[in-house]
Amino acid sequence: MKIINFDHFAATKMRQEVKDAMEPYFISEYGNPQSIHTLGDEPREALSKARLQAAELLNASSNEVIFTGSGSESNNLAIKGTAFARMDKGRHIIVSKIEHFSVLNAVKSLAKLGFEFSEVPVDKYGTVDPQEVKNALRKDTILVTIGQASNEIGTIQDIKEIAKVVHENSAAYMHTDANTSCGFTETDVKELGVDMLSAAPHRFYGPKGVGLFYLKKGIRIMPLIDGGIQEFGRRAGTENVPAIAGAGAACELAKKEFKDRISHLLPIQKAIKDGVLNSLDEVYLNGHPEKRLPNNLNFVVKYIEGESMLMWLNNNGIMVASGSACTSKILKSSHVLNAIGVDAALAQGSLLISLGEDNTIEDAEYFVKELPAVVKKLREMSPLYEEVMKGNKK
Amino acid sequence: MPVYSEKVMDHFQNPRNVGEIENADGVGELGNPTCGDIMKIYIKVKDDKIEDVKFKTFGCGAAIATSSMVTELVKGKTLEEAEKISNDAVAEALDGLPPVKMHCSNLAADALHLAIEDYKARKEGKGPIGRVETPEHDEDEHDLLEQA
Repeated sequence: MKIINFDHFAATKMRQEVKDAMEPYFISEYGNPQSIHTLGDEPREALSKARLQAAELLNASSNEVIFTGSGSESNNLAIKGTAFARMDKGRHIIVSKIEHFSVLNAVKSLAKLGFEFSEVPVDKYGTVDPQEVKNALRKDTILVTIGQASNEIGTIQDIKEIAKVVHENSAAYMHTDANTSCGFTETDVKELGVDMLSAAPHRFYGPKGVGLFYLKKGIRIMPLIDGGIQEFGRRAGTENVPAIAGAGAACELAKKEFKDRISHLLPIQKAIKDGVLNSLDEVYLNGHPEKRLPNNLNFVVKYIEGESMLMWLNNNGIMVASGSACTSKILKSSHVLNAIGVDAALAQGSLLISLGEDNTIEDAEYFVKELPAVVKKLREMSPLYEEVMKGNKK
Repeated sequence: MPVYSEKVMDHFQNPRNVGEIENADGVGELGNPTCGDIMKIYIKVKDDKIEDVKFKTFGCGAAIATSSMVTELVKGKTLEEAEKISNDAVAEALDGLPPVKMHCSNLAADALHLAIEDYKARKEGKGPIGRVETPEHDEDEHDLLEQA
């Protein structure tokens, strides 16, 4: 059976060009980039090339790019790195209610050490109002961190405006988690006006095990891993040269193919959105209708549970995700759906689709054709649906 | 390695005894929509034996499979025998469940016991019992991760 990956937020297939870029640094050019002798030459060159490729994607300078081990690490470095470096200036951090767990749990960990955080609300589409950020700013606010786009509902924030408000009204640093958005919406750091940005190459056909972190020149953070002088002293430890070389190649492709990728994704996204909303009753789209990533859709299908939907679709070769409690591993439904006002019971029927370059219009059509039978089967055995049907009969 | 055993997948994909029984002698409905699981079990009782049993479930793969399995285990059994079947026994009959599913989605035996209780209550003119809400999971994610 053909496997259709509609869960690219979990994993994208690495591009052959990316693998080719990584290949030399496993065995033949295995040296340590910090070595002064000849073995270090090629790996050092690879590092410097990858840094430039990443810098070009973000419109930064090479010396403003730090390679980390993951998108989550980049977020932790931004948040804890700022907190530890600036605790003499204040202990207050601002986040939104719909951040990724690598942001929310980082500030919760800091809260246990005496830091405070405010969660700004979002509207029903998951949009952060810059005015709300302004209202939350305090004299002791040292950092504002707002994700550029939600990894669940795809809503894109006006980071430029938020950064402007933060810088005009405070001395706080502005960080954006672009782990989901980078490669699929503009992440020009100068245009956005941010001090820090996290990005995840594995989301755009690069390797896992490497993250990007943009740190604007002059911004002061404390490293989370102390040791040698790797990554300008901001992240010690022998560099993962193959992964970094792969990340660089993925960045170069993302920049070169940016427009083509979006124009490939938009019609597929539209076909799924229209198909699902037209072929099923009691199904809703979450997130902003327009200001959203081209590769994400999030639906609530009423009266059924997401994991069982996911498992039936899996049976048909379609891989999706869900924000239901049962799929969460911590048995709580999505905090993002909760923040946009989706009732906890309805959030159980969440269906999360994330697209990529291997998807086609035919995939979208196949999905739209298969989904109604899955929903029907599960609704027929749902006591909630039974109640509704009986209620309608009365 | 698949998350679920072959037996769970079989019961999920080919659930036994799905549906409702018109004029059931006992109905057990258990769960909480905010947790993502509601199980409803209908029984028909004759001579203290479960003559027929059907279920409807809103929930994940484990919830559907355990509901299906419990109906298979108790069909034709005496009420006394059915009362002895535990949630763990149902999970065991399915060759186990992932640890995270053991307490949230593994309520099928409880729902069955509730159906028997409902049957007895009705006989005494005290039923029906109606839906019993299970408590929500309100632990903080961050604390849960720290415990893990």
